[in-house]
Amino acid sequence: MTRNFRTSGAPHMPPQNTIAKVMLQVLLALVPGVLAYSWFFGPGILIQIILATLFALLFEAIILRWRGRPLKPFINDYSAVVTAVLFALCIPPLAPWWISCIAMLFAIVFAKHLYGGLGQNVFNPAMVGYVVVLISFPQAMTSWLPPLALAQQSPELMSVGLLASLKIIFSGTVPFAGGWDAITQATPLDTLKTGIEAGRMVPEIRNTPLFGDYGGMGWEWVANWFALGGIYLLYKRTISWQVPVAMIATTVLLSLPFWLADPDSNPFPLQHVFSGAIVLGAFFIATDPVSGCVSNRGRLIFGVGVAVITLVIRRWGGYPDGVAFAVLLMNMAAPLIDRYTRPRMYGE
Amino acid sequence: MNRALLSAAEKVELAREAGKRTHHFHGGLRLRHNKKISCQDPVIQPPLPASLTVPLLQHIGDVAEPFVSAGDAVLKGQAIGQCQPCATIHSPVSGTVEAIENRPMGHPSGQAGPCVIIRPDGREQWTGLTSIENWQDANPETLINQLQNCGLVGLGGAVFPTHTKARDGRNRNIHTLILNGSECEPYISCDEMLMREQPEKIVLGARILRRTLGAERVIIAIEDQMGAVQKALTRAADLADCKSISVVKVTTIYPEGGERQLIQVLTGLEVPAGGRPSDLGLVCQNVATAAAVADAVVEGKPLIERYVTVTGNGIAHPRNFKALLGTPFSHLVALSGGYTDDVARLVVGGPMMGYPLASDDEPVVKASNCLLALTAKDIEAPQPEMPCIRCGECARVCPATLLPQELHLQVRNGLWEQAQEYGLSACIECGCCDFVCPSHIPLVDWFRYGKGQQRERALEKTATEQARMRFENREARLLKSKQERAAKMAARKQLLQGKAAQQDRIKASIARAENKTAKPGNDNPGTGEQGKLPDDT
Repeated sequence: MTRNFRTSGAPHMPPQNTIAKVMLQVLLALVPGVLAYSWFFGPGILIQIILATLFALLFEAIILRWRGRPLKPFINDYSAVVTAVLFALCIPPLAPWWISCIAMLFAIVFAKHLYGGLGQNVFNPAMVGYVVVLISFPQAMTSWLPPLALAQQSPELMSVGLLASLKIIFSGTVPFAGGWDAITQATPLDTLKTGIEAGRMVPEIRNTPLFGDYGGMGWEWVANWFALGGIYLLYKRTISWQVPVAMIATTVLLSLPFWLADPDSNPFPLQHVFSGAIVLGAFFIATDPVSGCVSNRGRLIFGVGVAVITLVIRRWGGYPDGVAFAVLLMNMAAPLIDRYTRPRMYGE
Repeated sequence: MNRALLSAAEKVELAREAGKRTHHFHGGLRLRHNKKISCQDPVIQPPLPASLTVPLLQHIGDVAEPFVSAGDAVLKGQAIGQCQPCATIHSPVSGTVEAIENRPMGHPSGQAGPCVIIRPDGREQWTGLTSIENWQDANPETLINQLQNCGLVGLGGAVFPTHTKARDGRNRNIHTLILNGSECEPYISCDEMLMREQPEKIVLGARILRRTLGAERVIIAIEDQMGAVQKALTRAADLADCKSISVVKVTTIYPEGGERQLIQVLTGLEVPAGGRPSDLGLVCQNVATAAAVADAVVEGKPLIERYVTVTGNGIAHPRNFKALLGTPFSHLVALSGGYTDDVARLVVGGPMMGYPLASDDEPVVKASNCLLALTAKDIEAPQPEMPCIRCGECARVCPATLLPQELHLQVRNGLWEQAQEYGLSACIECGCCDFVCPSHIPLVDWFRYGKGQQRERALEKTATEQARMRFENREARLLKSKQERAAKMAARKQLLQGKAAQQDRIKASIARAENKTAKPGNDNPGTGEQGKLPDDT
């Protein structure tokens, strides 16, 4: 009456989580921010997300086939999609289509697969892709749109709809009189930087309708919705609190003394937080586990480092924002930080 | 206050406060309990099986030497095997030894080992038992010997001989005995049922163990979800008029039933790496061990039965048994209504740390707390393993505060020194990291493999060390004998030279004498002959 069974090692409870679930959580958390983005700046961002996703999946499939890896588990893990969406959120909504193509080539093939694929990349792939096109094609990468509300009010600015967006992205020509000048405007961070360099005072610069309560008009609301998604990820424990808290707290604490000392040439701390990519970076980019730190103390240092380098670039560097560079520089330091922040073992 | 920085003596002092308030350990998981399904019916004693398989290795230590051979008649409770200093093995029934042969012996490895096969005669005739009824006056050493003779081992699953632990404790100034009643793994309920049904026995065993250790206090740690148990144990302690026993509820987080985690919860202190609870003045025993101690000392009954949970979605009517050691699991399954149709895996122990059974023919041994039958739905098809994305979930849940994601790479790449530095040997194999890994990396399997490799490397190192020492000793021996020979030769040479020199001197003196005699002429002829004499010697 004896009966035989197949054996397998403990634990005998199947794991509950999958990489795909983790990545889908991240994508889900990005939805409110993306919707807010397209609400304020038009449908261009949605086209960029689709474009980047298609290119990312295409390159992922090609390189997987080339490396002799199974396609299905790696395409279905959504990691390439997350890379693509994060990249698309960093570029101007009407950037030409080949920007995505080049950036995804570098992100997926060079930054990710040439280092060994999923889990092996030293650098954040989305940021590698972004920095490559930012440095190589500065003009395409700085053609930013003003908020729709501003474009509708202003006589010399045109608001860009879906069809116009498609035409601009794929043909590169602007279907309005006045060309690019009729639809683009410098970002608030850029305006601020050039304004300060021109000797104008911060309150004076902020007086233009381009600025909102804290950051740029529209931009600060997009940041709020990204933060909401980030809090969802914290609640779901998809990301840990150390990186976002360290990054935002450092941004505030470090810019506070500058602002107190000279409020005319240094922006208000919350303006720093709600401008550019700080919020998106704090919750979605610097929290990338693969290229970030492992230990809790390490993650704190990582977040602090990203914020410090970003502020240094904003204040003294050549670019209006520096989150991408800061993340890549801290990626390099991550293994060393991990080495010195190893947690104490039980009983040690 | 950082408790890790205290000195050893301060830690012992602090450990005296054990149980006054509860603390936390790092990580852990809140798992679905699934214990109720096997707690509905009272514990029953199954009828005798057709034959019993009693392995000669049911403890940590060496295989016991059998006293009996095939054809011998044995009595219930008769010692049938022993090895020093391990725990004795007893016959669970009266009957006949059918054979002593190698069979799967209920070991996690699934290896076969020597087992005594006994056919019961149904008379259940006991052998003569020696009990120590006035244990309160007995010498602790006598009590410890009784535990050894009764074959007591830790029944929580580690099966460490109880007498060894007690003897070690006597030399270590133990102040608190902790009885572990927090069986944190899902499904297992044998300890809970024991605490419900026999609280007096546990309290009695606790008092006896306390005497063997010379401890001041006893803490019985139970889970906060065991409501009735606390009342039963407290009442039993009150009845025994024992003020030194306290029952402490701890939050149910897996793996807090682990010795080191439970100590951390009760004291806020960590057992030093490479050390033992006795370094803090503590000894941990399972509640079932305490009950067995009471039986062994007061009634003289050796350890021949234990509570076993037979449960899981693959069992028709899950329940608990008081089963004789050696009973085949299939016998218990049949008494639990058999398997359901979709049963897929048998596990001894819980779903997190239990080991799989290849056949239900294997016997209940001292370590078997639970037989878990899982269905295909419970275990699911294994998903493909993906690369580690360093999400750090494993480190978040690790109760030993290790970095499983780093350890995994080190073990995989054979970086043994680094793995040692990152605490591979501190891993308790609880399976938390495995359970939360989104990449489905079999982390615990890798860590077990790594530990095996490390053991092998340690053995190899010892062997190389021994070979080196043998070689060096031989070289030294050879050198010494060579030197001795040389010295001897030198001595002999000197001796010979000495002799030669003496002869030279003699020759010289003879020559002088001859010269003397030759000079005055031949007026004294006798001396010439005398002078020649030495030449002949």
